[in-house]
Amino acid sequence: MSALSLRNLLKTFGGLVAVANVSFEVEDLSIVGLIGPNGAGKTTVFNMITGNYRPDSGDVIFNRRAITGMPTHEIVSLGIARTFQNIRLFQNMTVLENVLAGCHCRMKAGLFSSMFRFPRQRREERHAVEQAMRELAFVGLDRQYNNLAGNLSYGNQRLLEIARALASQPRFLILDEPAGGMNDQETEDLMGLIRNIRGRDITVLLIEHDMNLVMRVCEKIVVLEYGAVIAEGTPAQIKTNPLVIEAYLGVED
Amino acid sequence: MEEFLQQLTNGLAVGGIYALIALGYTMVYGILRLINFAHGDLFTLGAYFGLTLLISLGLADHLNGLAVGGVLIVMAMGLVAVVGWLLERVAYRPLRDSDRLAAVVSALGASIFFSNAIMLVYGPRSQVYPSGILPSAAFPLFGVEVPVMRFLMFGGSALLMCLLYWFIHKTRVGTAIRAVAIDQDAAKLMGINVNSIIALIFLIGPALGGAAGVMVGLYYGQITYDMGFSFGLKAFTAAILGGIGNIPGAMLGGILLGVIEAMGAAYISIAWKDAIAFAVLILILIFRPTGLLGERVADKV
Amino acid sequence: MSAGAIKERCRELQNKRWFASAAFVCFFLFMALAPSLLDLFGVSGGGIAQLDMLNKIGISAALALSLNVILGQAGLFHMGHTAFFAVGAYTTAVLSTMYQWPIFSAMPVAGLLAAAIGLAVALPIIHLRGDYLLVVTIGIVEIVRIALMNNIFGITGGANGIYGIARPAIFGFVFNSPKSQFYLIWSFTALTVFIFYLLEHSRFGRALNYIKADDTAAAGCGINVARYKLAAFTLGAFWAGMAGTLYAANIRTIEPTSFNFFESVILFAIVILGGSGSIAGVLLGSFLLIGLQDVFRDFDSARMLVFGLAMMAMMIFRPQGLLPPRRRRYDARKLMGKYACGISRQCGAKYNPYDEDEGSAS
Repeated sequence: MSALSLRNLLKTFGGLVAVANVSFEVEDLSIVGLIGPNGAGKTTVFNMITGNYRPDSGDVIFNRRAITGMPTHEIVSLGIARTFQNIRLFQNMTVLENVLAGCHCRMKAGLFSSMFRFPRQRREERHAVEQAMRELAFVGLDRQYNNLAGNLSYGNQRLLEIARALASQPRFLILDEPAGGMNDQETEDLMGLIRNIRGRDITVLLIEHDMNLVMRVCEKIVVLEYGAVIAEGTPAQIKTNPLVIEAYLGVED
Repeated sequence: MEEFLQQLTNGLAVGGIYALIALGYTMVYGILRLINFAHGDLFTLGAYFGLTLLISLGLADHLNGLAVGGVLIVMAMGLVAVVGWLLERVAYRPLRDSDRLAAVVSALGASIFFSNAIMLVYGPRSQVYPSGILPSAAFPLFGVEVPVMRFLMFGGSALLMCLLYWFIHKTRVGTAIRAVAIDQDAAKLMGINVNSIIALIFLIGPALGGAAGVMVGLYYGQITYDMGFSFGLKAFTAAILGGIGNIPGAMLGGILLGVIEAMGAAYISIAWKDAIAFAVLILILIFRPTGLLGERVADKV
Repeated sequence: MSAGAIKERCRELQNKRWFASAAFVCFFLFMALAPSLLDLFGVSGGGIAQLDMLNKIGISAALALSLNVILGQAGLFHMGHTAFFAVGAYTTAVLSTMYQWPIFSAMPVAGLLAAAIGLAVALPIIHLRGDYLLVVTIGIVEIVRIALMNNIFGITGGANGIYGIARPAIFGFVFNSPKSQFYLIWSFTALTVFIFYLLEHSRFGRALNYIKADDTAAAGCGINVARYKLAAFTLGAFWAGMAGTLYAANIRTIEPTSFNFFESVILFAIVILGGSGSIAGVLLGSFLLIGLQDVFRDFDSARMLVFGLAMMAMMIFRPQGLLPPRRRRYDARKLMGKYACGISRQCGAKYNPYDEDEGSAS
């Protein structure tokens, strides 16, 4: 069964076609990579899945339900979480408070009950802190919970974004260049982490330029060029696909 | 028809002045993302400098009306430009890397300072520009007698706007200004001295405001120390209406606002004149959230 | 003890979780003693001028704190807060003079009407970006002032305003003297601080701060950005309306000029200068900006000139505000190292953080 399917997504920006008729499926509990040269429209596809952009036409189906054009926060509560290519943490807040943001949508306290701290809300609040600490431990940042997010190293900021996304208890996680700015060791750790995320019954869709990571972690790869899907298949198939080689290396006349 | 033409020309004359002031807001905003709330008071300062020069130099005795107007405008522009430059050095430069609203509050403080300084020097009562400097004749337009002064006002502001447009788009320095507006860091890497470009903006913007001040003095014949508040607010509204940061937008917004206001006052209610201007602004922003000519940038995610 | 050590101890003290609550309690206890202190030191005129000034500061503080929710917490550039204050004050005045309502019954009505207008106004504009929102809110305060000036619905009395507003009374006790007014107003201010302090430390307050920091990221975390912005705006308007009731009952004659753009600017400056988002900062800002206008009276006509300079100078020397908000702290030290790690190099195969919990529970 496919967790997410994109059907004929089209998005233009003032005459420029950013994404043209993109369709592909993400199988439940798989790790799928979306690759392609810069400007191929990968992040635009992500933004249409998460409701940041509204597609001009086409559909996004999540667990057999059309979520096209839904507001972002509703999509998150349905179980799709994301990280951002250009890290978007709350820089001046603590690491823990950043993750609490992810817990927000699973909490229920309204304006008045959260202000007056009835026992139930106190319990909920305590539970949220615990859950946030679990996620921080999961990415290995629990000891830094009281530091400012902006003071973390680049690699750790990426991990913190993942923890924040996980705190919303997603069934589907979208990672936009998770290894960007990481050194080799950190990338190696990240690969293990991504597998472990899937081990928690979360489907993963990622954009990444580090081919080593993509080839080793993903079960399926979708290649985008000029806003269109030019190939999809297993890493082995993609490696030998002439269209992909042409797109990445150029073709000799 | 008569009423309509009278209001249209009046609206265009006032709108040209709004546009001149709006340019100061929009240029500063385009470069620094700062709303220079003191700009309205620099405009008032221009009106008072003009009056002082006019009386102390006795220009009216030596030159004819139009030349007096021109000379006054140029001199007031120079003086106000210096004040604008000082303002940037003292009140805004130390806050350039701080939260944007810190600079806004500093601008509000500067506005209070300027209007009260003018009041202390010139007194709280309104001052009168000598009459008869500009021709008070009327010009027949489609059979309607329209005061020549309105054409002079509109022509004057149009001329200054054309000059600015030429400067921004056709000169090297203008290119540098546009580059700084788009990306300060990249401009710096290209060898542009960002500080001097910002200083230049604080010379040009206030100069245009000062010119508008003298023109208001000549046109209405009466100036008050706190007129910068309402003119400034209108001009700022005009800049937003056109899309703040956008130079043609400020021109369009100013002229449009002047006409809307004149028409609203004539055909709806003079007591609600200002409210009509704001209501139109709110309506336009509901449908075009970044103003008429503002870029409609999709959120960069 | 050396100065450095004292400073260190002070910092430690400030970081305690109870520090803020304790500071507020001390402050309001001191304020409760203020009238007696004025008596004790035999201030000329029985301290009535001072009490009047403190009353003015108290109302402004409550009003500025309600703006702080919108501007300081949610980061919405709102420069028209006096509009809602005016709605509250005029509602109270009309109910009191035309229908003889007691002030305390008028108060919730004033708040609700201000909130309703706030919500109606905010609905179409809440999505506007920073400065566009700013100019619209300026437009709103101007439209309200002009409407009051033009005697809208024939009940606002035009430029003359409304006079003869009743004093607040409860169980036959009338708040007549400046001293009783003082206790009434400052009780309301204390209540405001209490309510907004709880708000700041709730899930709601946190959500507002996320939105202020980055609304795209906040939406990406599942926060309904538009709804929270509207809620902040409506709540702020509600509280401003109630502060308007106290103002009307305190001053007893209200006119449109008391609600002009300049007053909005002062409120805006109180929040930013005090420390955007910080309750203690806004309180301090109210004392400074409202009090200073009074203190500078010695400068006579140069009063506002000096005031403008002071505003610039304070901002340049403290761009972050006088008392910027403190970082929220959560005590999670005991939870450190308690949960499993998902990075294999650090913890091997044990990766699912939920497994062990469920395992131990069953």
